Amino acid sequence: MTAPQVCVLRAPGTNCDVETAHAFELAGGTADRLHLFRLLENPSLLQQYQILCVPGGFSYGDDIGAGVIFSRQIRGQLNESMREFLCADKLVLGICNGFQVILKAGLLMGRGINNADENAFEDKITLTWNNSGRYTDRWVRLKTTSPNSVFLRGMDEIEVPIAHAEGRIAVADDSVLDELRAAGQISLCYWNNRATELASKSGDPTRIELLEEPDNPNGSLANIAGLSDTTGRVLGLMPHPERFLFATQHPQWTRTGMRGEGHGLQLFRNAISYFG
Amino acid sequence: MLWEVEILPTQDARDHEGLRILADAKSLGIDSLADVRSARSFLIQGELTEADAGKAAEVLLCDGVVEQFRVNGLPETSSTDGGCVNVLLHPGVTDSVADNAAKALAQQDLDVTAVATCRKYWLTGELSAAERARVLSKVISNDAIEYVVSGPLQLTDLHVGTDYKFEIGSVAIRDMDEDDVLMKLSAEGQLYLQLAEMQTIRDYFKSLNRDPTDIELETIAQTWSEHCSHKTLAGRIHYVETKGGETVREIQFDNMLKETIFNATVSIRENLGDDDWCVSVFKDNAGIVTFDENQDVCIKVETHNHPSAIEPYGGANTGLGGVIRDPMGTGLGARPVCNTDVFCFARPDFSADELPPGVLHPRAVMEGVVSGVRDYGNRMGIPTVNGAVYFDDRYLGNPLVYCGNIAMIPRDKSEGCVSPGDLIVAVGGRTGRDGIHGATFSSAELTEESESISGGSVQIGNPVTEKMVLDVLLEARDRDLYTAITDCGAGGFSSAVGEMGEETGAEVWLEKAPLKYSGLSYTEIWISEAQERMVLAVPEENIAEFEQLCLSEGVESSVIGKFTDTKELVLKYEDNLVGQVTMEFLHDGRPPVIREATFEIADSCATGSASAVSESTDFTEDLKKILGSLNVASKEWIIRQYDHEVQGGSVVKPLVGVKNDGPSDAAVVRPDLTSNRGLVISCGMNPHYGDIDPYWMAASAIDEALRNCVAVGADPSKIAILDNFCWGNTERPETLGTLVRASLACQDIAVAYGTPFVSGKDSLNNEFSYEDSNGERQTVAIPSTLLITALGQIDHIEQAVTMDLKAPGNKLCLVGVTRDELGGSHYNLIKGLTGGTAPNVCTDQAVKVFSAIHQAIKQGLIRSCHDLSEGGLAVAVAEMAFAGGVGAKINLTDVAAPSTESGADASAFSRGQVADPTAVLFSESNTRFLVEVEEANAAEFAAVMENIPYSCVGETTADDTLQILGNNERPIVSESLAALKESWQAPLNL
Repeated sequence: MTAPQVCVLRAPGTNCDVETAHAFELAGGTADRLHLFRLLENPSLLQQYQILCVPGGFSYGDDIGAGVIFSRQIRGQLNESMREFLCADKLVLGICNGFQVILKAGLLMGRGINNADENAFEDKITLTWNNSGRYTDRWVRLKTTSPNSVFLRGMDEIEVPIAHAEGRIAVADDSVLDELRAAGQISLCYWNNRATELASKSGDPTRIELLEEPDNPNGSLANIAGLSDTTGRVLGLMPHPERFLFATQHPQWTRTGMRGEGHGLQLFRNAISYFG
Repeated sequence: MLWEVEILPTQDARDHEGLRILADAKSLGIDSLADVRSARSFLIQGELTEADAGKAAEVLLCDGVVEQFRVNGLPETSSTDGGCVNVLLHPGVTDSVADNAAKALAQQDLDVTAVATCRKYWLTGELSAAERARVLSKVISNDAIEYVVSGPLQLTDLHVGTDYKFEIGSVAIRDMDEDDVLMKLSAEGQLYLQLAEMQTIRDYFKSLNRDPTDIELETIAQTWSEHCSHKTLAGRIHYVETKGGETVREIQFDNMLKETIFNATVSIRENLGDDDWCVSVFKDNAGIVTFDENQDVCIKVETHNHPSAIEPYGGANTGLGGVIRDPMGTGLGARPVCNTDVFCFARPDFSADELPPGVLHPRAVMEGVVSGVRDYGNRMGIPTVNGAVYFDDRYLGNPLVYCGNIAMIPRDKSEGCVSPGDLIVAVGGRTGRDGIHGATFSSAELTEESESISGGSVQIGNPVTEKMVLDVLLEARDRDLYTAITDCGAGGFSSAVGEMGEETGAEVWLEKAPLKYSGLSYTEIWISEAQERMVLAVPEENIAEFEQLCLSEGVESSVIGKFTDTKELVLKYEDNLVGQVTMEFLHDGRPPVIREATFEIADSCATGSASAVSESTDFTEDLKKILGSLNVASKEWIIRQYDHEVQGGSVVKPLVGVKNDGPSDAAVVRPDLTSNRGLVISCGMNPHYGDIDPYWMAASAIDEALRNCVAVGADPSKIAILDNFCWGNTERPETLGTLVRASLACQDIAVAYGTPFVSGKDSLNNEFSYEDSNGERQTVAIPSTLLITALGQIDHIEQAVTMDLKAPGNKLCLVGVTRDELGGSHYNLIKGLTGGTAPNVCTDQAVKVFSAIHQAIKQGLIRSCHDLSEGGLAVAVAEMAFAGGVGAKINLTDVAAPSTESGADASAFSRGQVADPTAVLFSESNTRFLVEVEEANAAEFAAVMENIPYSCVGETTADDTLQILGNNERPIVSESLAALKESWQAPLNL
């Protein structure tokens, strides 16, 4: 088998592209850090890849709003190419700013595949300011709360860092949340021991009360840290799995004696092995 | 048409900006402000209908899930919204949101010609007119960069540029025979040159039989500024040290820096011989040392004090942006891997009523500086991994902002070389009227007028532009497209081109520089300090490929001249010759600065005693007070706002421990994810010791930086250090004297430790003067402040150690000797005591201690290690315990103290003599570590520590308390870890 080709798509202001490409390479893929301008010049370039990853950073400075300008280019010039890519049983991953981009581009709400007319799409969900009103870097505990995502197979809980200012999921009305639940799209939630208790009572880990800061670090609705599309082939998450490729990246490694690989690598392996 | 799209949080969404304003007003004591609502708005000019403006909001500007918008036509005629306050940027101030919005709107097929942003506020509450004015000018805006419009916006047009008609200007300096006329020109022209320098310039142009043009005079002033030439410290200094009025030492320096700090590096390199690991020191924009077989590592630390005093956000923002460009402009360009930032402020709870005129509140300064650093570092994708904050009210009018950057450079790229014929290429941001006179302004004393005189020197950065430039430059470097590079910092093109062309000559075509807006004169173009610009030497045969590369990533590049072989700087504007100066006069024509420096050695005085220490004294409250003192207290509020993990190299984070909230001694960063070798970054600084003796302050700062570095695992035989002096007005001999004495310490200690200085910088004239309420002139000088930054290395990152206690049942050993050195200590600070001895350094012993600690870490014998600094042993053990969530019990009678036997040499020591527990608990003696050792490793640890003063002072425990026992096993500190942690976390938990 030839290694799956990964497009790590960088825009002006993207800044996690190098370590994200490194993660895919460690997982067995071949990763290109492709500049968005190349894709805008020639949208069909995208089709030579099996995996598209929009990495973290501050695309266009997050001016206007996190990920907004990049997302409008996906909605606009890249619309057709993106639909073709998604229809071809390929994978899309958005991390942090990448999550903001793909969410605001509508890729998680089925827009890319189903809606030919971009104007028919209405934004009902967004990533907005943390409740604290501040940028925050800290490690969080996550729980996989739906079996739907290709990227999260075999992963139950994981610790990874977040580093963002606009990571809180908000929706226009409650029906959006119900739809996401029904379709198994709520893939990752911020978690703690209390959440385990609450979930065993409610029977649904996405139906528990809001956890307090810092365990839910931004006040995200239903403690959502990551969302999939309905197919499970598109995943967006605020935390950074590419920052836990090695044990020494974990804040507790000098305490626990942890050595070797970090747990974030599994997510990238799952993506690569989808094409195995 | 001009439209305003006003965007407000929806009814149930949180108004973060409004809440921030409310909180800030309250912190200034304005309680009558009941509520603030805020909105952001875009002013959009172009061929647009109201429906178009609405579309702009819908498709791009407004997040419909959490925001709502309304469209207003401008100028606003109705006064229905008279309660609204608008805050707009002064024309020409960097506004990247507006720039990007304009581009993105154009992509939506909207005919937009210009965009500006505005913030809007609605204030409610029974505010008096004075309070309202204070809220407008101090809380919601900063008039250095912004202006406030109350009521409806009457704007009609966003056009910024003006027409420019070329006219050459000259200055009749040859006629200025009177000294005071020359000095008037120096001050009013914002040249800030000294008399001898002005005379030299006059005489030079007399010899040429012509007057200088305005641009020539400016070029000379930039090049000769303190900021660019370090003329005071590199000047002739006559230093006299006295004691009781008697001269005890006298030194005549021809070049003080060269003879002290540089000289230390020279002798260390000689001692190292073939093992010399310095690559490039004190000559390029950053120092370079070896790292591994493929890469070297660069480091630079700068200050940006005066701009941060006037506009904290912009000053700190561009301070970090500027220092990142230093490694980018070192050799052929380095890749930044982490930042370090150290700040000095007055107390954040300083009484707002007692603020001198023209001074921003220290809390506002602190919040602005932290945000400025955050937004630049985070957006550049460079982790901020190390830092410190010091508080002292003498920083009130003149805060200090140190920003540093560490970067990796391939081993064959550490030297650039300009050849005649290479094109001068400007890359990155455009040139505007911003930052004019920044280089010369930094030499001036701050006053209440500074804001209005020098507002132009304050800027806002655009980190994304710099990131784009970085991406392109690294690619161009690896394709060998250019031969030399430097950054545009202070002095702008003038300094950059002047330095690059020093050996060759250069001709510059000023009209070729791309401008932010029209109307700049040729001189303004030349000395503008607009941000995010780099200057490169590109051989003609590579220019097409280089320009194509820049274009492909949206980076602007322009050929603005050519390097020549004439050894002259030639400046042209549209083929008109506007300036012609020889490189020789520019770089070597400055007359030496000659200064007197004096230092009076004080008689050592005993520390005043707080109150008699009795057998029953309990020190728990003292310990908690020190933990809660601002310098010691947790800085988590700041650290968490910085991305300290981007790039994936984080090994030891700034916060460590079982809850990730303990204070790490240093950061360990892995700059290359395919190698196990690590960098260690730490710092040391102790202005309080300087009040007693600047020599021991400097020595202690070096020792502290090294301790921090070694404590996490750095190899003490390969630590590079940097000096950053921030001092008051060195024209006063006694102020310069303290600086010389500190430099002498730097030399002595660096040589003894084998830690070369590889780069450094000084910032003088850190004083603030104002007229007090009695009409008298008051001047506040900062305490002499030396920051030492240490860059260490660790062979394998898995050897790294953190400071948090790991498990109960382990031994706690104190390594190093504890002396009665409470002078300048935090114990004295909380007790309001003065006097005492500042901590000395015993270098012979220190070198052995560092080496032994490193050996023990390498052998895996140490579970946790923490250096002893502010608050001494008591604070160190408390921090280790609450960070680890593991209890500790120690006994002071086991602490190693200096030997009292007659005839014992300075490094001898003994145990079991606790005359005064205060000193043992809180003395800040240097070169000490508290380490946690497992019982099983105790024997091996003891073997490594042979001949090293150390003692096992206690053990870790399973209960959640700290117990410290004095003589006869009596508890003198006893407290729960939770209470200790709370004391430490509460003060700066903003």
